[in-house]
Amino acid sequence: MAIFLTEKSRVVVQGMTGSEGQKHTSRMLAAGTNVVGGVTPGKGGQSVDFARRSIPVYGSCADAVKAADADVSVVFVPPRFTHGAVIEAVDAGIPLVVVITEGVPVHDTAAFFAHAQANGTRVIGPNCPGIISPGRSNAGIIPADIAGPGRIGLVSKSGTLTYQMMYELRDFGFSTAIGIGGDPIIGTTHIDALRAFQDDPDTDAIVMIGEIGGDAEERAAAFIKENVTKPVVGYVAGFTAPEGKTMGHAGAIVSGSSGTAAAKQEALEAAGVRVGKTPTETADLLRTALSPTHQPA
Amino acid sequence: MDLMEYQAKELFARHGVPVTLGRVIEDAADAAEAARALGGRVVVKAQVKTGGRGKAGGVKLAATPDEAQAKAAEILGMNIKGHTVQRVLLAPAADIAQEYYFSFLVDRANREYLCIASTEGGVEIEEVAHTNPDAIAKVRIDPATGVDEAKAAEIVTAAGFPAEAATVVQRLWDVFIAEDASLVEVNPLVKLGDGSLEALDGKVTLDDNAAYRHPHHTGFDDKAAGDPLEAEAHAKGLNYVKLDGSVGIIGNGAGLVMSTLDVVAYAGSPYGVKPANFLDIGGGASAEVMANGLGIILSDPQVRSVFVNVFGGITACDAVSNGIVQALALLGNQADKPLVVRLDGNNVEEGRKILAKANHPLVTVVDTMDGAAARAAELAA
Repeated sequence: MAIFLTEKSRVVVQGMTGSEGQKHTSRMLAAGTNVVGGVTPGKGGQSVDFARRSIPVYGSCADAVKAADADVSVVFVPPRFTHGAVIEAVDAGIPLVVVITEGVPVHDTAAFFAHAQANGTRVIGPNCPGIISPGRSNAGIIPADIAGPGRIGLVSKSGTLTYQMMYELRDFGFSTAIGIGGDPIIGTTHIDALRAFQDDPDTDAIVMIGEIGGDAEERAAAFIKENVTKPVVGYVAGFTAPEGKTMGHAGAIVSGSSGTAAAKQEALEAAGVRVGKTPTETADLLRTALSPTHQPA
Repeated sequence: MDLMEYQAKELFARHGVPVTLGRVIEDAADAAEAARALGGRVVVKAQVKTGGRGKAGGVKLAATPDEAQAKAAEILGMNIKGHTVQRVLLAPAADIAQEYYFSFLVDRANREYLCIASTEGGVEIEEVAHTNPDAIAKVRIDPATGVDEAKAAEIVTAAGFPAEAATVVQRLWDVFIAEDASLVEVNPLVKLGDGSLEALDGKVTLDDNAAYRHPHHTGFDDKAAGDPLEAEAHAKGLNYVKLDGSVGIIGNGAGLVMSTLDVVAYAGSPYGVKPANFLDIGGGASAEVMANGLGIILSDPQVRSVFVNVFGGITACDAVSNGIVQALALLGNQADKPLVVRLDGNNVEEGRKILAKANHPLVTVVDTMDGAAARAAELAA
């Protein structure tokens, strides 16, 4: 098992014929992902050749679902087309849509998230690196060679901190690592991932990475306290961020006294989550948290 | 992008929200004439992108044009929470019967929109939340349906506003949606002596991601008000925030760079050393981007050492190392501070070899992030 994405997932790539879409489809295929098609309006019937396979292009998500039973979409289209692309995937009945695109207007995200929620589709992102269940499937841009399969679950707002933490714990490996993105509105939250990891029999411990802005980490802390029995360690980025400045991610901003890293750390620690001062220290905390009998994969 | 009050009011006017635009001046010498044109009795208001202007003495009533000039002279140049006042807005003093608070914002927790409204306006809403929470109405708004006539009526009823405020509410909603704002706040929204409503103040945050839909918003960007290094970095397309420490930071990915700042501050705390900036060069990390980034950081006179922290994910470390070597060659004598480089991830051995071979006298390679942060902090101590 893994969460949200497994070896059975049938992945379609919206924007596969673009340069980013093509590059990352190639990487996803190399990581063993079952990519069943691409979607580009007006290019239905074409195909794109990759190292070992030729992947058909469909003119719409509905066609991809009908012809190839797609059940995951990875969205690589530019920001101005992202809203339309997600709506199309939702309307085609695709249950998981992973939005990699950075720079999506927040009103567009609010609108497509509301539509997805009303129709039972899970959205991951936008502005995220996607999700990887190592050895099974990879939907997005997380490099598959950082760490292999194992029994740690990872959820993070940040892409590069996802990679860093996977690297730190590559001797243990991961059931699933999911980058949820740092935008103000995101389709899948820390809590969604924590709940799924708690329920996943193949996940033994969880690393959660947060950053300044909003109160998602505080709410995750409350959720952990009530619902998570597996060991959780945390890391929060942005202690030195000044008030009122956006730090790279659209949602990473301390407003007045809210959204600070210190408040998030405090909430997590109050919920029994040990929080590392650096990514490396956080990885060490995870090693300590796992029972002594638990050996690296 | 946060707007100043006078800019927010311009947007309000465009959508039919009742406002008085007043006059914006940068030189106190122009205040008396402006005040006369506005009827003599005016309020002089500092235009800064921060709250709490009133408390800081940045809002003053002037009974006469001469007084307006004196107040403008007092306020211009004032420092309000780190923001220097470069212009003031002169607005006719209003005959206020009642003050309200009103806002639309993106509700991150519920992933929808929220309207906050109160009959206790004119003071900070956080204060009302503390002293009289029952006076605050919070109305959730579904992005799928937005604020129509019925929703506007629901809002004014919940808030205890007069029924005719519903029109203003709908127009403020137009501002929020049509201008791609993530925050529209009016404090106070007032009922005047004659019973009409007016937005006496305005705070708007525009969504930078939606800038492509609003070419007219570029005029709001007040480049002169920002830090000159930030302005230069943004002109080069770099994601840079100036801080006040002495260790220059370059990294790839917003989260990793934020983390790098923290790790440097942690390592530097024994010496009082802090990070000098946030700079995310993104996934690509080409030689040109690296050179631009290093150039900006090295032109910051406060910088004493530089920490380049890259995790090779999609970008391989050898490409990053080549970028650093080429950037140093491009910068020549301009590169005069020690650089600590930490590389990990994809092709890390090759990347370290390239730096070892280049053997640049300023460059030290340290294998771990924590170790490199400690070294960079020591060098800046």
